This record gives sequence, structure tokens and C-alpha cells, in this order.
Amino acid sequence: MRSPAGRPPRRAPRSILPWLAVPALVVFVGFAVIPLVGVFALSFTTWDGIGAIHLSGTASWRAVLTDPGLPHALRVTFLVMAVSWAVQTPLSILLGTFMAGRQRYRAVLGVVYFIPLMLSSAAIALAYKALLDPNFGLGAGLRIEVLSQDWLGRPGLAFGLVVFVVSWQFIPFHSLIYQGGVQQIPKSLYEAAQLDGAGRIRQFFGITLPQLKYTVITSSTLMVVGSLTFFDLIFILTEGGPGDATRVLALDMYKRGFRASLMGPASAIAVILVLVGLALALLLRRLGGRDAGASQLEGA
Amino acid sequence: MTTTRTEPRPPRKAARRERHRPSRPASRRRNWAGGLAGWLWLLVVAVPLYWSLITSFKAQNRYYASNPLVPSGDPTLENYRLVVESDFLRYFVNSVVVTAGAVIPAVAFSFMAAYAIVRGRHMRVLRAMNGLFLMGLAIPLQATVIPVYLIIIKLRLYDSLLALILPSIAFAVPLSVLVLTNFIRDVPKELFDSMRIDGATEWTTLWRLAAPLTRPAVLTVTIFNALTIWNGFLLPLILTQSPDRRTLPLALWTFQGQYGVNVPAVLAAVVLTTLPLLVLYAFGRRQLLSGLTAGFSR
Repeated sequence: MRSPAGRPPRRAPRSILPWLAVPALVVFVGFAVIPLVGVFALSFTTWDGIGAIHLSGTASWRAVLTDPGLPHALRVTFLVMAVSWAVQTPLSILLGTFMAGRQRYRAVLGVVYFIPLMLSSAAIALAYKALLDPNFGLGAGLRIEVLSQDWLGRPGLAFGLVVFVVSWQFIPFHSLIYQGGVQQIPKSLYEAAQLDGAGRIRQFFGITLPQLKYTVITSSTLMVVGSLTFFDLIFILTEGGPGDATRVLALDMYKRGFRASLMGPASAIAVILVLVGLALALLLRRLGGRDAGASQLEGA
Repeated sequence: MTTTRTEPRPPRKAARRERHRPSRPASRRRNWAGGLAGWLWLLVVAVPLYWSLITSFKAQNRYYASNPLVPSGDPTLENYRLVVESDFLRYFVNSVVVTAGAVIPAVAFSFMAAYAIVRGRHMRVLRAMNGLFLMGLAIPLQATVIPVYLIIIKLRLYDSLLALILPSIAFAVPLSVLVLTNFIRDVPKELFDSMRIDGATEWTTLWRLAAPLTRPAVLTVTIFNALTIWNGFLLPLILTQSPDRRTLPLALWTFQGQYGVNVPAVLAAVVLTTLPLLVLYAFGRRQLLSGLTAGFSR
């Protein structure tokens, strides 16, 4: 630390700064870092969730890795991640760009757009479950064949439903991020483009989209890492079913651990979840080519 | 977002030579495609909400027979009575206690940490701490629930509201620190320097200078964490057991188990658990939305 002007520099000035970070650090270490290490340790044990914990070597890992359920859960997890990313990203960019404009009716639309941000996954899942009930839901009442299918009873439909509801819930949030991104693009770029006679579509692909690069990375990171934690929505909507059609990793972990009392294998699944999350975050950061902590205002 | 243009208009003549249209900025022209998509999306968002609301006022026998998109001719509060009588108030209070009990320390701790990280950039300890918090962003914290469950049992906190509060604080720290450091970093260095020359301690500077200057960010982080914790489902599911420790989302789910066949009653419960947030949204919409856009898009 530099010493205040005029005084001779001291070698080790006492600073309370590190102490200010201690409370956050203690809670974070206690309930996030230690559990992170703990889940790795627990994956080498046998524990039913109530009784004593016994070391059991690699038994849990062998059980999990030879279980055909794991590749399936991984496949479903990545599929939900990829499809919901592919659905949400273009729609969020379009909506965000649209909302960054300034006609008055957009403000009116905006009041309703962002209501899903407020709702709990539990509320959303229950409402959709009732809404799409094949016998008494909206489709049945209006006699619309397409809507009154057995959404929760057929694997493909249940998967589509999960992606749809996820998108319904999170597109508002991501379009908000894109709206902020668009508003930070210097107006002079658009004015220059207008001078060159570029129309709205050329401006979108020539200016808006390239300028949103870092916003896309931010939003995608949140989407991709977030999709690993889709638990409550899928748990209430389908419980992983029908069969195992929507059994994502997080759900698999819960079911093995808290339903089947196999905390060892469940911990192994959790470790896999952590590794996948870290790998994806690093990959996206590499793609972004930028330190996640750096301020984007630099150079703007 | 002002409509006044600070820069001079492009010279009209030059523009006209290049195209035959008058040079109106694209943003002033009607955006038909965008408008249409905007209204379509409104339908996608609004119809499920509208349907849930009107159905919650229908008597169960009417629900099966009536047109689902037409409000009931004689709306009933019977569904709401059923929900309120099943201990709704207790779950509501639990949710308030857990949310307030977690958000206030989470934001205060995160602010102190963010301040330290910005002001102590040159200290290796603090850079390492920042790295640790940033790493927390990439870890799906749900993956840590089994050890959290074990720790809570060992601390003899299982089935208490404190069991929900402690991990909630930890889960809130990484993102809060990230957003707050971004904002504190924008406070001009000269202000910190002049506070120090005046002899202020870091503690005073933190609360008297940095906190007021970054109030919008603090408010945004507060709202965002409150939303996440209020809506949390997994922690109450695994860390509590007795009915009188339930928070609203968990209560909603168990209520559906009991009254699953009575769809209007389930929807009344959905509406009731959502109502407090919608009231907040009505008042704090501007702050919330502008804060979230600013907080996440940089």
C-alpha cells in the first residue's frame, strides 16, 4: 500500500481492508467451499443420510460410472442445456434489442414482459402443470388438439415442455441483460451507419450483434451454468419422467441421495456436476477472451 | 435514454444523394417486425398468467365446464379461503424471516468484501479472495447440498429457519461481490484520496462514501438476492421437515400434493404466493429492471 504523501513510507502499514472481506469469506468458505471439498470426500464413502459415514473407497464411483443411468442423465442435461440455449439466445437478443428502443408502447409491454422474473419455479411449474392438463387444461377447454396432448406422459413432449417452460421463465431475464448491452452501444456507430445508408437489418447484423459479443458471453455463461441447476422446475413439473426422459443430473443426484438414501453415489454425481460446470465456464471464458472480473467500461 | 440529440444531424444533402429516401434515423421509422414479435411475446407471457388468475376464482365444478379464457360469471373466494386456512400466514412469515435474515447480512458482507477488493487491489490476499468468489460463480452450488445437509445436521440446525439462512447467504455472495465490485470500481479515486487526507478510516469511507455513491447497485443486489431466496425451493426441501418450518414455495408444492385434484385451489395458492412479489414489482419495477440491466450487462 502506498503511504500518504509527506510521511516516510512504512514497510508494512496496517490495513483493515482484508478484515472487511472476512465475514463474506467465512460464510462462503463454510457453506460453499468446504461443502465443495466435502462432496468430493463424501463420494468415497457410504452414508444413508442419517446413520454413520463409512469410508468405502471407490465403490460409489464404480457404482455410478457403470450405471447406464449416468450417460443418460448426462445426455439429458446437455440436451436441455443446448436446446434451451438455442431457443433462448436469439429470442432474448431480439427482445432485448426491441426493448432498448424508445416508443412508448414498449414501456407498456415491458410491465408484463418481466413478470416471470418474480415468480418462483414452484409456482410456474404448478401453473403450467394445470394449464397443460390433457383433460381439463387450456387446450381441452378450447378444444385445441395440439395443446391438449399428454404433455407429461410422453418423453418427447415432456422434454419439449421443460425447454418451453424454462425459456418462458428465463427469457425475460436474459432479454433484460441484452437490453442493457444494446443501450451501451455508442450511438455514433448507428449514426455513421445511417450516413452509409445501412437499413435496420444491416445495422442489426453489422453493429448490434458484433457489439453484443461480451453480453452474449455473459448471458450464455449464466444460461449454461444455470441450466445445470434446473432442479425445482423439473422436479415439480415431471419428477424426471416420464420414465427417465427429463432426469437431469441435479435431479438424479437428489433422487439417489435423498430418495434412495445413497449419499455416496449421489455425491459422485455432484462432483461430476461441479466438473461439468467448471469446464463449461472456463470454455466460455476462453471464448470470450476476457477476464470475467474486468470492467467492460474500459475502452468504451 | 433521452430523445434530444447531442450530435449534429448528418448533412441532409449528402444523405439524399446516396439514397432517395429522406434520411430519417432507422430508430424513428416504424419497426413492424419488432412490434409484431413484441405483441406475440406478450401473449406468450400473459396468457398463462391471465388463465391462472381467472381460474383461481372459479368454483371447482365450474372449472371443468366453462370456457377457460372467460372469467367466471360468479367469482368465488372459496379457493382462497381454503389456502389461507391451511396455514398460509405461517409460511408467509417463515419466508419473510428467511429472506430478511439472509439478504441483509449477505448484502452487507458482500459490500464490505467488494470494497476491500477494489481498494486493496494490490494486496495478494484480497486478489486471491476475489478469485475464490469469482470461481464460486461457475460452481453449480446445488452440487454442494449433500455436504451442506451434513454440516447443518452436525450444527444441530436441521429443521430450523437458521438452517436455511446460512447457506442462502453463502449462495448469494459470489454474484453480489461481482456486481458490487464493478460499481465500486467506478467511484473516482480522487474521492477516496480526499477522504483519506481528511483522516477518515476505511470503515468510515466504506459507509459514508462508497455505500451512498453505489446505492442503486446495492438496492439491485438486495432485490435480486431477495427474489432468489424468497423463491428458493431446494434448501427448504432438504433442510427442513416439519410443516411449520415450510417456506412458501415448499408449502405450495405440498399443498399441490394435498389438493392436486382441486386445480382452482392450487392456482389460488400460486396466486397468493406470487402476490407479495407482484406488489413489490409494481413499486420497484424501474429500480429493479434498470439495476439488473446495468448490473449484468457490464
